[in-house]
Amino acid sequence: MNAIGIQIGWIIFMPILVIIMGLLYLGAARKITARVHNRYGPPIYQNIIDVIKLFSKKRATNHGVMFSLGPIMAFSGLLISLMFIPIGNKALLSFNGDIIVLLYLLVIAPLGMALGVGEGANPMGTIGIARALTLMLGYEVVLVISALSVMLYTGSASFMKIIEAQSGGVGHWFLWPLFLSALAMDMALQGVLGEKPFDQPIAPHEIASGPMVEFGGKYLGLLQLYHAVAIVVETGIMVNLFLGGGTLFWWFVKSFTVFFIALLINAVMPRFRIGQAFKFFWTYPAAISLLGLILVAILK
Amino acid sequence: MAKEKAPKGIKGWAQGRSLWMLHFCTGCGAIEMPPTMTSRYDMERFGITPMATPRQADLLLITGYLTVKTLKRVVRSYEQMPDPKYVIGFGSCTVNGGMYWDSYNTIKRLDLYIPVDLYIAGCMPRPEAIIDSFTELIKGIKEGRFDGWIRYRENIEFYKRNQAMVMDIRKWSLDTELAERIWNEVQEERKKRFERATVPHVYELAERIPEGLPK
Repeated sequence: MNAIGIQIGWIIFMPILVIIMGLLYLGAARKITARVHNRYGPPIYQNIIDVIKLFSKKRATNHGVMFSLGPIMAFSGLLISLMFIPIGNKALLSFNGDIIVLLYLLVIAPLGMALGVGEGANPMGTIGIARALTLMLGYEVVLVISALSVMLYTGSASFMKIIEAQSGGVGHWFLWPLFLSALAMDMALQGVLGEKPFDQPIAPHEIASGPMVEFGGKYLGLLQLYHAVAIVVETGIMVNLFLGGGTLFWWFVKSFTVFFIALLINAVMPRFRIGQAFKFFWTYPAAISLLGLILVAILK
Repeated sequence: MAKEKAPKGIKGWAQGRSLWMLHFCTGCGAIEMPPTMTSRYDMERFGITPMATPRQADLLLITGYLTVKTLKRVVRSYEQMPDPKYVIGFGSCTVNGGMYWDSYNTIKRLDLYIPVDLYIAGCMPRPEAIIDSFTELIKGIKEGRFDGWIRYRENIEFYKRNQAMVMDIRKWSLDTELAERIWNEVQEERKKRFERATVPHVYELAERIPEGLPK
C-alpha cells in the first residue's frame, strides 16, 4: 500500500518538476542566446511569467472542438511519454521494451498538433505542420538506428537496464564505446528540439510561427508547457542512452548540457530549407549512425 | 453586468512583464525597431519580444503614418488580438498627421479609429524614447491605468462610425450586424451631403484617370 502511494506521489510530482525545469531551461535559453548576441537578455524566469500571462488572458479565439482538443492531446501524449523516461534513476513505468514504446509515443504529440492546426484552417499553420512531419520523417530514422545500436550493445530494450549497464563513473558511459551513434543522435536531437538549422516548422519570419499561428491565450499557454516538457523528454533520451542517467541533480545537469550544446549551435546558425534539412538527415547523420550500428554488430 | 477592469496584482504584473509585440511597420518607424531589439538597446530584458501573428500579441505598435488602405489591416489585426491589448502610436504621424498633414490618403488622428494607450512624439522617435515609453507602459499596466480594449468595446459605435467614414467595414468586423447598420447610416449621411454640395468632398481614384485609358 505504501509503495503504491509513493509511486502515485511520484507520478504527480514528476510532471510538475519537469514543467518548472523545462520553463527554466527555456528562460536560460533566451538568456544564453542573448549573451551570445552581446545583449543583456530577459530574466531566467521570463517563461514562467509568460505562462502566467497566457493563462490569465480572458479571451482566446476558438475554431472548434478539435482546435481545443489538439493541444491537449499533444500535451497529454508528451506527459505519457515522460512516464517512460527514467529521471534520476526513477522510472515511473519500466519494462523490457519501453524504448520502443517511447519512440512510438513521441509521434503522438505532433499528430495532436496537426489535428488542432487543421481545424484552424490557416495556410501558414498547414505549411508548418507539413514541414514538422517531413522533418520528423528525417530525424526519426537516425534516432531509431542510434537507439537500436545501444539496444544491440546491451542486449536489452529497457532504459533501466541500459542505465545499470553504464553505472560506475564517467568511464562506463556508452558515449565512449558507441561514440558514432552518440554523435548521430546529437545531430538528430538538433532537429528533434527544433533548434536553429532545423527550425523550419516554426519559422517566425517566414510562415508566422507555423503551427502556433492561430493559437492564442490559454491554448498558447498549453503549447508553451508542451514545449517545456518536450525539451526535457527529448534531451532525456540522450542522457539515459549515452550519458548514464544519474541522480536527480546530475540528471538535470547532463540534460541541460545536451540542451546547451544545441543552443550554442542555434545561436549562430541560419535556417536550412526543408528539403536541405531532410537531405542532410538522410545523408551524414544516417550514414554515421548506420556505421555505428554495423561496428556494434561486428565487434560485439 | 459588472464593468470589466484592467488586470491588477499578479495578473497585471505578469501582463506588464511579458508584452508580446506586433509591430505594424507602416511607415519609417520600422527603421527604429531593429536597434531597439538588438544588442544596443535590447528590449528583451523587459520581456518584450516581437511576435509574428496578432493572435499571440498583446501590444500593437503603429510605426508611422497610416494610409486608408493600411488602416483596414490595422483594425483587423487589432480586433484579432486577445484581451488585454495595448496600442502605442509611434511618431508625429499618428498624433496629428505629422508631415502628411494635408495628404489626401492618410488618416491624421489614430485614436479616432482605434483606442491608443500611449503616443511617442517625434519624427522619428529615437530608440531611447521607445524604451522610455515601454517602461511607462509596463508601470501603467501594473497599476491598471491602461484600458484601451475596454474603451473600444464600450464605445464601439463611435469607433465603427469613424472607420466607416474612410473604408468599407461590413465584411470583416466582428459584429457584422452592427457594422452593416453603421455603414448604411454613414452612406445615407454622405448621400445627403453630396446633394447639397457643389464640389464633391471625396475624390475617387477613378475620377482622376482620363477616359480612353484601359482600366
